[in-house]
Amino acid sequence: MSMLTIAMPKGRIFEEAAALMREAGYKLPLELDESRKLIIEVPEENMRFFLAKPMDVATYVEHGVADVGIAGKDVLLEEERDVYELLDLKISPCYLAVAGLPDTSLNEVAPKIATKYPTVASAYFREIGEQVEIIKLNGSIELAPLIGLSDRIVDIVSTGQTLRENGLVEYETIVEITSRLVVNPVSYRMKNKEISTFVSRLTETIEEKAVQ
Amino acid sequence: MSKLLMFEKPVGMRDTLPHIYETKRKVKEAAERAMRSWGYRFIETPALEYYETVGDASAILDRQLFKLLDQQGNTLVLRPDMTAPIARVAAAKLLKERVPLRLAYSASVYRAQQREGGRAAEFEQIGVEMIGDDTISADAEVIALLVSVMKEAGLERFQLSLGHIRFTDELFRQILGTEDRAEQLRRFLYEKNYVGYREHVKSLALSSIDKQRLLQFLNLSGGLDCLDEAVKLIEGTAGIEALDELKTVYSRLQEFGVDEYVTFDLPLVSHMSYYTGLVFEVYADGVGAPVGNGGRYNDLLEKFGRPAGATGFGLRVDFLLEALEQLEEEAGVHCVLFSNERRVEAIQEAQKRRAAGEDVLLQDVAGVEDVDTFTQTCKSVTFFVGKSTGGTE
Repeated sequence: MSMLTIAMPKGRIFEEAAALMREAGYKLPLELDESRKLIIEVPEENMRFFLAKPMDVATYVEHGVADVGIAGKDVLLEEERDVYELLDLKISPCYLAVAGLPDTSLNEVAPKIATKYPTVASAYFREIGEQVEIIKLNGSIELAPLIGLSDRIVDIVSTGQTLRENGLVEYETIVEITSRLVVNPVSYRMKNKEISTFVSRLTETIEEKAVQ
Repeated sequence: MSKLLMFEKPVGMRDTLPHIYETKRKVKEAAERAMRSWGYRFIETPALEYYETVGDASAILDRQLFKLLDQQGNTLVLRPDMTAPIARVAAAKLLKERVPLRLAYSASVYRAQQREGGRAAEFEQIGVEMIGDDTISADAEVIALLVSVMKEAGLERFQLSLGHIRFTDELFRQILGTEDRAEQLRRFLYEKNYVGYREHVKSLALSSIDKQRLLQFLNLSGGLDCLDEAVKLIEGTAGIEALDELKTVYSRLQEFGVDEYVTFDLPLVSHMSYYTGLVFEVYADGVGAPVGNGGRYNDLLEKFGRPAGATGFGLRVDFLLEALEQLEEEAGVHCVLFSNERRVEAIQEAQKRRAAGEDVLLQDVAGVEDVDTFTQTCKSVTFFVGKSTGGTE
């Protein structure tokens, strides 16, 4: 059996993903949660984990340096990487939404949209026939309408708290998001046994959880 | 655009430096030898073709084509693959002389890359096309040859996934009825989005049995037993025929002794519309993307006015190199260093060595700035300088 290399997203999704894998019976070391080490081997599971920025997980997987990765659907939509999307892990649910200051309408010429997801945002507005200007930001998207940089934002919403705290309201939901298991197309064939086992163990756990 | 620096190249274009060139040459020679020994004849076609003919017939997406205009205002493309140009030549000329045709190529193809900086936009492909033979023997032959080429090129750990587009089409047509709905589902497979596929199936107004059939279909990969599973999902003759073709090709591959490299993968859709029968992709350990792919494309030749069945494969030379664990050691060059008065001796020495098959450079000592640094880049040295003769061998 060859070793599986798994790219895990840092931050929000990590805890839920690690919990899911532990429920599926994988012995992830505790140091994975705390340590600052970027790469951790777990010989007894024949696995190797590394932590990456969530936005980069699909990139590592596409290039084959990770066989498997856990990435939000938002990342997959934005990055359009050539990877297999095998499994909906049904964790970290949230959605991509259009938000802005309350009681505002879009300026007629070319409203500005600030977002971390320029590909998704421009596809969305194109599909609904709106002519917009997309502004790419790397974080604190809520700031953009407050300071007058943009008319709307496109961003991830999970509880809506951040929006509320900043006095913003949601206008439309673009797409529901959960985390997905992604697999490199070559690993999918060359390490088929290992990956199938991994996928079926996770599938069972996800289905059990859905019943509960 | 900021001013170009003099050493810059267009995006995606790469130089091949001597030591990589040597490895590449050996890999290509080995592959070409294998193809020739199976009776395939090499062919070259121009780098530029008409957009409306070869560009349109090619399997490569329009946005990946490099387009330019000729003096008369016609749109041209840099050939994005070799299959369409070969189909053009075959239809126009070669099929009149001989059927079936066995042709091979080793050439650069051009595909504009949108993502990220340095992805190769020009790369070499090596492959074969077998045109005018509709039998399974032809399909089996190209796959067996592909395995043989991979081995000759020095690869050990690789695998080939085999699917059949007519099985997929037939299953979808039976359950979904319309081509539009089938195409939607096929797109999920093409995009490798199994989650989206499952969700879409669940959302369709179908009986639970039919939904189950479509969901089961995703699991049809692995050994021969997955074909037995597939039989249970399909009704009617067309789908069964496709499965029989898969079975037959597998037993032919057993006869060739290459079945250990082959597994089935029925949900494999490597192109939305190009292939018409067996399709395959080949993967090598250590490379993140398929090193090659191929299949049967019975509709292409018709576009050039001469309908004929065809099958073939193409391999990416750069990915083959990536899959090889180590690059070739450069054989090195012997240096004969001379000063002017001993030129004749030096020439004789160099010619003697060249005749014996060695690569020899002849260097006037007056032309070298730093003799030590220069000779260090050579495999060995003989010198005829002043009164001394000697060497490092």
